Amino acid sequence: MAPQSDATKPAAPNRTETFVWGIPQNGLQSKERQVGRDEPPPLPANSELTYIGKPTERYDGPAKAMGKGKYTADINLPGMLYARMIDATIPHGRIVSIDTSEAEKLPGVRAVHVIEHVYGVAELRDPKMEAPSRYPVIRYYGQPIAGVAAISQQIANDAAQLVKVKYDTLAFVVDRSDARAEDAPMVFPGPADAAGSAGGGGGPKGVPQTGNVHGPQQKKNGDVEKGFAEADVIVEGEYFTQVQTHSALETHGFVVDWKPDEVTVYASTQGTSSVRNEFADVFKLPKNKIRVITEYMGGGFGAKFGAGNEGVVAANLSRKANAPVKLMLDRRQEHIVCNRPDSHQKLKVGAKRDGTLTAIALTSYGTAGVGTGAGTAGPANNMYKCPNILTEEYDVFVNAGPGAAFRAPGHPQGCFAFEQTIDDLAAKLNIDPLTLRETIDENPARKVERQIILERTNWRNRKPAGSDSGPVKRGMGIAQSVWYRFVNMNSSCEVRVSRDGSVELLSAVQDLGTGTKTMLAVIVAEEFGIPPASVGIRIGDTRFPIGPDSGGSVTAGSITPAARNASYQVKQKLFAAVAPQLGTTADNLVLKGGRVAFKNDPSKSYTLKQVTAKMPTDEISAQATRVAEYSKERITYGGVDYVELAVDTETGRVHIEKVFGAHDCGRPINPLGVISQINGGILQGISYALFEQRIMDRNAGYMLNANLENYKILGAREVPEIEVVLVENYIAQSSTDAAGIGESAGIITLAAAIGNAFYNATGVRMRKIPMTPANVLSALGKVQEVQA
Amino acid sequence: MADSPKTTFSRRGFLKGAGVTAATTVIESANALARETKDALHSDRAVGPGSVPVKLHINGHEYSVAIEPRYTLAETLRDNLGLTGTKVVCDRGSCSACTVWIDKTPALACMTLAIDVVGRQITTIEGLSHGDTMHQVQAAFVKHDAMQCGFCTPGMVMSCAALLDRNPNPKLADVKHAVSGNLCRCGTYPKVFAATLDVAQQRRQTAGLVALVTEREA
Repeated sequence: MAPQSDATKPAAPNRTETFVWGIPQNGLQSKERQVGRDEPPPLPANSELTYIGKPTERYDGPAKAMGKGKYTADINLPGMLYARMIDATIPHGRIVSIDTSEAEKLPGVRAVHVIEHVYGVAELRDPKMEAPSRYPVIRYYGQPIAGVAAISQQIANDAAQLVKVKYDTLAFVVDRSDARAEDAPMVFPGPADAAGSAGGGGGPKGVPQTGNVHGPQQKKNGDVEKGFAEADVIVEGEYFTQVQTHSALETHGFVVDWKPDEVTVYASTQGTSSVRNEFADVFKLPKNKIRVITEYMGGGFGAKFGAGNEGVVAANLSRKANAPVKLMLDRRQEHIVCNRPDSHQKLKVGAKRDGTLTAIALTSYGTAGVGTGAGTAGPANNMYKCPNILTEEYDVFVNAGPGAAFRAPGHPQGCFAFEQTIDDLAAKLNIDPLTLRETIDENPARKVERQIILERTNWRNRKPAGSDSGPVKRGMGIAQSVWYRFVNMNSSCEVRVSRDGSVELLSAVQDLGTGTKTMLAVIVAEEFGIPPASVGIRIGDTRFPIGPDSGGSVTAGSITPAARNASYQVKQKLFAAVAPQLGTTADNLVLKGGRVAFKNDPSKSYTLKQVTAKMPTDEISAQATRVAEYSKERITYGGVDYVELAVDTETGRVHIEKVFGAHDCGRPINPLGVISQINGGILQGISYALFEQRIMDRNAGYMLNANLENYKILGAREVPEIEVVLVENYIAQSSTDAAGIGESAGIITLAAAIGNAFYNATGVRMRKIPMTPANVLSALGKVQEVQA
Repeated sequence: MADSPKTTFSRRGFLKGAGVTAATTVIESANALARETKDALHSDRAVGPGSVPVKLHINGHEYSVAIEPRYTLAETLRDNLGLTGTKVVCDRGSCSACTVWIDKTPALACMTLAIDVVGRQITTIEGLSHGDTMHQVQAAFVKHDAMQCGFCTPGMVMSCAALLDRNPNPKLADVKHAVSGNLCRCGTYPKVFAATLDVAQQRRQTAGLVALVTEREA
């Protein structure tokens, strides 16, 4: 998650404006807000706008479809070298020596760099607990050790094989439950903490640590003992989720061109700013000597922030070889360097006869390998009203790659346990699960979403659990998600108008495939009344005004107000510059439908080009930075997802047949792109629930399936029918009211919704994902449980 | 690496060893391999290990390039010829991101040695469009937003365009089958299906109009 800036600090108010507020299905209302002097006038609802809220083709769609977009992996600079990362072949131990001489002698090799410090992992609170060494301690199989650069990728790969590393091995543990044992090998000799990235992740610091168990992080509200005593019914459950790897199609990677006057970094990153910040920290460089470029980016999902070990190694190699260096991780390394932590959760929920919640208690243990951040309490703490909540989250260190932020950190795990427990509660109270949520959920958007589910799906024909008599049993289930409005104030845009009438926007913000470019084009287009495709969008370059790092669904809500404000301000500057020539004053001019007209005489109007031709200079430009939220109201986003499935109780296969999702994300800017993201969240959620699982070899300590044939992600044949409805939710918080959808897009809910549908089909509760045939048959009591 | 003895591992050797596996996924490549292996058995001519000059026919142009025999077609396209539209994701034939056409048949460029496709017609994603004019399938991908990060898109387009060439009337199941090897992490599949079926529909309409005009003229 991005730094929760001082977005809550209100801007110096200058005027009161009336904003559209609420959800169209409930009848739109208005809300007064104090806004700053430079703020543009409030936008009406999407139904009254030309481009905002209308489906817009992806700005860089043609370039992507034609293979013309240059991703970091595609960068090819003159004289560029290719690098390979060399990583540890033991899960735990000390490096005795590293011999790079043979590698260096190989013709074509230009530089070798041995890592002195490993980034992105937990570090000992007291480094003196370990004997000093020139090499970092190896704590996981695949930990980066060194890099080698050569004139071709093949030679770099050959050279990597020639680097000889001698180890002193230490005892290791790769299984979460084994690691909790008192006599388990210690991953760290003492307490250790990990920092989160710009995308979130990272666990609490300074909490107690016993052996490998780090925590708890405790959140307490009211008195759960009292709450359970007051309850008419209590439901309890124990749930297990697996480690999931990000598996972005473009692996982590950098091209670094180290020159004395400027270091140019092409990065496959979710945050050009985060990369520049870390390069500045690591290499003690002023930021004005670092340029980061991310024009096209092949997916991140939370894993790609900062310099990373690969960025630091590429930079060192480039500096040593005096040439640009490309270092992309290979697929095996991609699977190892980051993941979504697993979990073992115990949940207890108490309620009154009418469903009113009286107490929620959650204890979770999860492993983020050699990192922290396995907490799962988000949904339990934030979804429903309940006076007494106690959550305790523990991280368990094991000798495996570090966890990282991954699309809604902690929430898919938490929701899998929590929303199934709520479903159990509904069953126990004999209340329909949708109806129960009417009692316990105060969120107005989810209320509308539940109504949509009720009206547009098969829900009313839902049968009691386990009704089907044949071997294939069908069922339906729902689950809800919650995510939070984070705003990153490091969000600026410049908008330029040229004498030829062309308009362009510049910002360092990046587009991960989420549609940032398109969204910005739509905002500028609306302000100028010109088609989005005609706006020039130049982003993903730190030479432009600073952009937010894209994590925690912050981008849309953070950068679009800056884009609109810059567009609005440059328009005012344009009016002021040309008004005298048009024989009027700036405040008498209005730009609508691509034409500049007189407010007092609509018969007088000009095309944008006619007006810009009168500019006194060739270019007029304005830059705007995100201003504080208009109010301090706490805002959450969410969605409700409905699943229909069939369980083959003989083969143990689960077939998802239909998903219907209703989701909200403030004011949708480009529904075409938003729906693409929700489709993606739903499909990633199905993939997480049914297929994906990192499998560690307990005896050798490495990941057995670090590839794309044995680490199974959902493919075309597993895609069900999907229908998505977007609920507009006007919140009157910024000049655009936009909000991100990345987290609440379905990834949070799907495993829980599938679990609930599975229960409805079979009468059996799935307490463990992935729901592979082995796990399903074991839950159905047909085979013995198998340990992955 | 580490203390393990140095093992020489070449993709060429791997492909030969794994010929049967490769054949199940890349029939074209395996056939080429079989021919090449047979040729090698009956001649003393050895290639490599250094660079060898080869001529490749790509997108209607002839390219002369000096490559080591172990270079895959994907590496050659991307690193030697600057044709980076073909993406490498898994580099071992399990994701189809590197799909190109060899003599009009989809094949995996990461599992094909460049020297094995000398004399064959290679089509890459760059060869599908003409200048800025997109192939119908590419245009439909844009219209339906059948992409997010776009890294799987070239491979998807190559698979879908090839499907429509061999089956002008595909059903949803046919499209799913055609891209069943193409992995997409962003989850754009529903729109890939819609885009491909849309092109089939457009072509049927065009064919219908042509038939109508021809009939009237006759």
